[in-house]
Amino acid sequence: MKSYLLFLTTCLISQLAWAQADVQKRYQTKLIMADNGSTVDLDAGTFTFTGTLSLEDKKRIIIRGKGIDKTILSFKGQTDGAEGLRVSNAEEIVIENLTVQDSKGDGVKTMKVKGITFRNVKVEWTGPPKAENGGYGLYPVQCDNVVIDGCTAIGASDAGIYVGQSRGIVVKNSKAYHNVAGIEIENSRNADVFDNEAYDNTGGILVFDLPDLVQKQGGNVRVFNNYVHDNNLPNFAPAGNIVAGVSDGTGLMILAANGVEVFNNRFIRNQTLGTGIISYLLTERPITDKAYYPFATAISIHDNVYERNPGPASSRGRYNQIFDKILKAGQSVPHIIYDGIADPGTFDKDGNPLPGKRICIRNNKNQSLVNLDAGRQFKNVSFNATPFDCQLEPLKTTTSAR
Amino acid sequence: MRTYLVWGLFLSTSWLILVSWRTVSAPEKLSDYGFFKGNSANQQPADGVVPYALNTPLFSDYAEKLRFIKLPSGQSVAYNDTAVLNFPVGTTLIKTFYYPNDFRDPTKGRRLLETRLLIHQPEGWKAFDYVWNDEQTDALLEVAGDTKTISYVDARGATHQQNYTIPNLNQCKGCHNRNEVMMPIGPSVRQLNGDLAYGAGKENQLTHWQQAGMITGLPALANCPKTPIWNKPETGSLNDRARAWLDINCAHCHNPSGPAMTSGLNLSISETDPTALGILKTPVAAGRGSGGYTFDIVPGKPEESILIYRINSTDPGEMMPELGRKTIHAESVELLRDWIKAMH
Repeated sequence: MKSYLLFLTTCLISQLAWAQADVQKRYQTKLIMADNGSTVDLDAGTFTFTGTLSLEDKKRIIIRGKGIDKTILSFKGQTDGAEGLRVSNAEEIVIENLTVQDSKGDGVKTMKVKGITFRNVKVEWTGPPKAENGGYGLYPVQCDNVVIDGCTAIGASDAGIYVGQSRGIVVKNSKAYHNVAGIEIENSRNADVFDNEAYDNTGGILVFDLPDLVQKQGGNVRVFNNYVHDNNLPNFAPAGNIVAGVSDGTGLMILAANGVEVFNNRFIRNQTLGTGIISYLLTERPITDKAYYPFATAISIHDNVYERNPGPASSRGRYNQIFDKILKAGQSVPHIIYDGIADPGTFDKDGNPLPGKRICIRNNKNQSLVNLDAGRQFKNVSFNATPFDCQLEPLKTTTSAR
Repeated sequence: MRTYLVWGLFLSTSWLILVSWRTVSAPEKLSDYGFFKGNSANQQPADGVVPYALNTPLFSDYAEKLRFIKLPSGQSVAYNDTAVLNFPVGTTLIKTFYYPNDFRDPTKGRRLLETRLLIHQPEGWKAFDYVWNDEQTDALLEVAGDTKTISYVDARGATHQQNYTIPNLNQCKGCHNRNEVMMPIGPSVRQLNGDLAYGAGKENQLTHWQQAGMITGLPALANCPKTPIWNKPETGSLNDRARAWLDINCAHCHNPSGPAMTSGLNLSISETDPTALGILKTPVAAGRGSGGYTFDIVPGKPEESILIYRINSTDPGEMMPELGRKTIHAESVELLRDWIKAMH
């Protein structure tokens, strides 16, 4: 009897050990075998994986953990694949209630998914922010109907929450800190970014449009009700990446995007650019993409609150040199910086801006701005807000109704 | 107490069986297909199974590959000179990965690792991976991938020990993917246009296929495109060999309808736009894969080109390709360095 029990116990223990060692295979098998319409439940606990976990060609799948910091998928020591979790060519996928840690490359990448929801998902790189961390935390790309709700991104060496080349986007109730960019909307159309907190990043929120990509002409982006503060972290992105050029102390940066409405946000203690509006030409990178439009147009910044600590802009990055040149002693750094590089085609023959393409800045608390006239070697730097005192039609995004 | 343990054992066993063996609709053993005569491990093709080779193949950690094709009986494939041949439903492509124990001496034996099948079913191509058992008697279907430790002596006599990753089903599609449809990568006319040693002697593969009734509409060989052999300068110019290498190693993802389309980098042999090819193109989502450099390719400066940096890395967060490589392919890094150095 005793030996019988011993035998059983040994069997059980060895099976459990096998199961733990083979967690990669077990979870990957679950994801491969999941029937459309089913839920893949993940247990509470920390599970360590050596390779990417992936879901392909599925519909209506929910990947559900037991909660942020309760179900932890750790990719520390990953040897295969760059992402932690990857979903591609799928429809109506929900990822919720889990944490993804320390992937070698991007945390969760979803590509070509029609309907992707991240709810209560944390992606983090543990330890201090460093260039060796993966690029993007949450990374939907070429997706439709993206919802990022109640998520947290920490430590990404590019962007914590990054939506690229996608359409129909909501990013809300989320937090991003200790990333180079907190939240970034790139080459994407129809996005609402609201009720988020982006802090202690190099740049809080970025709305970018870049050349040479499959989806061009991003825009129709609304950024509202966000708390964007203390984004003064020294840039730790590996050189060569576009975000490596983001100056620390950036609250919101709009780069070459068209149709962006920014309102009811609090931009607090972002010491270099509370809000920057710049053309791709300012990056001095070559443009060979003939379909690319490098100017920021139809930008509306209204009803936001700006505050910053007294003193100079961050000592790192080129803006400090620019401010050194253009500010008089004791003059404080303006909250809104416009590079002044505009498409000549957006003015009528008398030099007046065409109404639908303007940059309008009005009704912000503590508003101050500078037009750098960077296209003409900063010749006519102007602090006059009058040319920007206008109102654009409120944007309607396809997601506004949701 | 005893009941509890018995139940525990029963439940854990049935759970393990459930998660490991929910079957895919495919035979469990490679030998069930009958692709090989006698012992499957000898890889002697049965009737109707034809070996083939590519002029410039994908690098897979120095693994050797045996390729076979089985067309449905009495059927053939139509010639086309641009893309992978459009094989009829019922075709199976078979690829066995192995390491010779000693690359200098084939008589010292080899270890078969996996045999990958691409089967053209009525609903599309399907991938199945069979992993060879340690006894080397048969290979078993595996959907979730695996990692094996392998060792071999290389052509210079150095001993290597490394991990070898067998892909899971999803990873197959990570590469075999055109517009989210699973597709073969290798067997195009240009890649098949070369000699192979058949039982009866050496012969051009296209000629052999034509004589066997496997391909229709084949023009004169001189009019068929031909991929050079990447490491044989007599088969093509430096540019042609570099482009051939990039095409088979990178372009399955880096093409306008492949998984890396989001990068805007297109390394297909047909690409003519210098920026799409990476020349003075800034990266999009390279992260630390940029290595701190600004452009994918800087003409004349391989040491400042991200492309070289990434193929010369084995860090999963930086390296390219992302899958199927644990070692640096020193010889091809050299080729691409020379290629970039010669640009101006």
